[in-house]
Amino acid sequence: MAFDVTLEMENTTATITLNGALDASTAPKFKEEIEKVPTGKVKTLVLMMEDLEYMASAGLRVLIYTKQKMGAHTDIYVVKPQEMVLETLVKTGFDQSVIVVDNPPKIEKV
Amino acid sequence: MDLRIDSHPTHTYGKFKLRTGRPFPFGATVVPGGVNFSIFSSHAKSCTLVLFEKHAKKPMAEIPFPDEFRIGNVFCMIVFDVDYENIEYGYRMEGPFNPQEGHWFDKSKILMDPYAKIIGGRDVWGVTPDWEDIYHHRARIAPDDFDWENDRLLEIPPEDLIVYEMHVRSFTRHASSKVKHPGTFAAIREKIPYLKELGVNAIELMPIYEFDEFENSRPNPNNPDELLVNYWGYSTVGFFAPKAGYAATGKLGMQVDELKALVKDLHKNGIEVILDVVFNHTAEGNEHGPTISFRGIDNRTYYMLTPEGYYFNFSGCGNTLNCNNPIVRNIVLDCLRYWASEYHIDGFRFDLASILGRDPWGAPLANPPLLETLAFDPILAKCKLIAEAWDAGGLYQVGSFPAYGRWAEWNGKYRDGIRKFLKGDAGRVGDMAQRLQGSPDLYAWEGRGPATSINFITAHDGFTLADLVSYNGKHNEANGENNNDGSNDNDSWNCGAEGWTDDPGINALRQRQMKNAVVMLMVSTGVPMILMGDEVGRSQNGNNNTYCHDNELNWLDWTLLEKNAELFRFFKHCIGFRNAHPVLRSKYHFSNRDYKNSGYADITWHGTQAWNADWSDSSRVLAFMLCGKHAKSGMVEDNYVYVAMNMHWETLWFEVPGLKDGMKWHVFANTGVASPLDICEPGKEGLLEDQSGLLVRDRSVVILVGK
Repeated sequence: MAFDVTLEMENTTATITLNGALDASTAPKFKEEIEKVPTGKVKTLVLMMEDLEYMASAGLRVLIYTKQKMGAHTDIYVVKPQEMVLETLVKTGFDQSVIVVDNPPKIEKV
Repeated sequence: MDLRIDSHPTHTYGKFKLRTGRPFPFGATVVPGGVNFSIFSSHAKSCTLVLFEKHAKKPMAEIPFPDEFRIGNVFCMIVFDVDYENIEYGYRMEGPFNPQEGHWFDKSKILMDPYAKIIGGRDVWGVTPDWEDIYHHRARIAPDDFDWENDRLLEIPPEDLIVYEMHVRSFTRHASSKVKHPGTFAAIREKIPYLKELGVNAIELMPIYEFDEFENSRPNPNNPDELLVNYWGYSTVGFFAPKAGYAATGKLGMQVDELKALVKDLHKNGIEVILDVVFNHTAEGNEHGPTISFRGIDNRTYYMLTPEGYYFNFSGCGNTLNCNNPIVRNIVLDCLRYWASEYHIDGFRFDLASILGRDPWGAPLANPPLLETLAFDPILAKCKLIAEAWDAGGLYQVGSFPAYGRWAEWNGKYRDGIRKFLKGDAGRVGDMAQRLQGSPDLYAWEGRGPATSINFITAHDGFTLADLVSYNGKHNEANGENNNDGSNDNDSWNCGAEGWTDDPGINALRQRQMKNAVVMLMVSTGVPMILMGDEVGRSQNGNNNTYCHDNELNWLDWTLLEKNAELFRFFKHCIGFRNAHPVLRSKYHFSNRDYKNSGYADITWHGTQAWNADWSDSSRVLAFMLCGKHAKSGMVEDNYVYVAMNMHWETLWFEVPGLKDGMKWHVFANTGVASPLDICEPGKEGLLEDQSGLLVRDRSVVILVGK
């Protein structure tokens, strides 16, 4: 299954769109994009997951890394995860570390 | 990530880049650029690392440890550029094969790392394995990046604990549980509100270390379509790995995260997690068992062997782990440290713990190094250590387990004493007085406090509470062992008919006896433990050893919550009463003195006459009063509590002790009257009509509160 990830930055919001299957072979790509997000400046990180069809342990690992890298002062939104992905987040308790929503939050004006 | 200059490969083997590893920690550890593999064997001549792609039938590589990568008896090697998320690993060990000498080396077998943190191969409960697989229990590498936030061990004082013993799968496997993923860690999380409502503040999980439910599996003689399996799991495959089949995410390899999420959520809700751990034997059985790990790595070190090389069987399960060998001692210590630090586990209950006090030849030690080490370990310092203080080899140490000021005990004498008194045996009153006080006769002489005594009337071994009052004898035919398995000493009483009956009188008496039992448990000093489902009258149809049943005999039927709502309400309020009254949760044994000048000793004994307990052999009656001014050794003030127990077959008048300072007696519970008047919400007790005394019905218990 193919995987694609894009990063957009606007003001203090970073938006990452994930597409396809996030597994051991594709997780490094996701991590690369996360590395580009500057900590401190970014207050909101939005993960668009509507088209993410599968997430393995390696994907969860990058999410945990993301949470720890961004720190407590960055809100992480998970937008519209598919059922399998949401289930995985819930069963592993990671849903409590992020904000799961149906629509992305409004981007803050500077 | 850039490699440190001291982390560059120095060797190659095929396409793999290698470097001599670090001996510590044992196991597989992710290091910059690769994975450090380290394993001990005192008798192997050589060792080969076997790597698989996840789920692959055949290895993708076999890398012999170069001679220079062995330090002492430890083979250690860093393998660079391996995709640690996607591999499984094992070892082949070469050495002598001579069972008489205790050596079982066989290079044809792939061996699981004893330090494996995740074990694949039984990823989903009950899915029939590929019996042709060359490597059944596959070591994997676990991440340790879980986001614990601010979680830590709760450190609830032991005397304040109320423990709920449960089986992960049984708790929610029944369709009536209405959870998303029945029988899993995730499902327990869904049921936390239930545990909170019940009021317990610790759960004790029957074994959750990786085990093989297919071990010794066989067709059920009563239903050939069903397998009898290793359901309870008292047979460890790997000590460091959670049971994958207990995780809804086991098939995704996320069982570590799922279990940690459960622990974190329980902690958020004020509930501790105690693990039932089995260090007395392993799943490899005796000479005829499978070679999974220890036997092929270093049989003579890990197991107690007879001079002829056979396995000692103090566990009753084929082999006995050689716990007081220094190497084995270290693995036990490493294991417990790992669970305490990595999983935030609050305590451990050691199955057949007396084995841990035997020397390598089986003799009991006066000063067992393993038990001492665990007692004084700095990482385990805040963990509860609880011993099942006996073993299958006849060593019975309730009251004499080597404790070092730290070890608590499952109090088998409490269980037996309460059961006998409950069913109306004569000559039990003196013993009962000891059990109600936290068994000072067993523990006070050595300076051990009441919380040493884990008080229980029922546990997974033996009858459930409903069966204790419904069966005179065990009915284990469904186990396929001609009813020869399971204990014959149950101290149970069926109240007039064996098993199910529609006799309303017998059923009412059984209901009363269950209520009497929970009252006795909740007013006893010490640490009460209740068995999953007793609060709703769960029955196992008289089977007192359901170790092999993955069916409704073990599964908790949640419709009982409605059917036996009266009993659940009674349990809940009794637990609430204990939680509300520190006078019931003393850290120290009673002194039988009035050191607060209240006019009453901390505990006083009564009978049908106040101040005059009947200690005679024919007595079946006992009452006691706890002085609220002496609560928590006089450090806090509480109400007075008076408990009258009439296990006689006639209704009796109990004169109650008078109170001072205008205080009056109020009725909290009376098992002799019908619900809802049998109990009330703690704090909402009604005034006792006649302050001089009351009638206590036959086989009934009353709790009064003085305020």
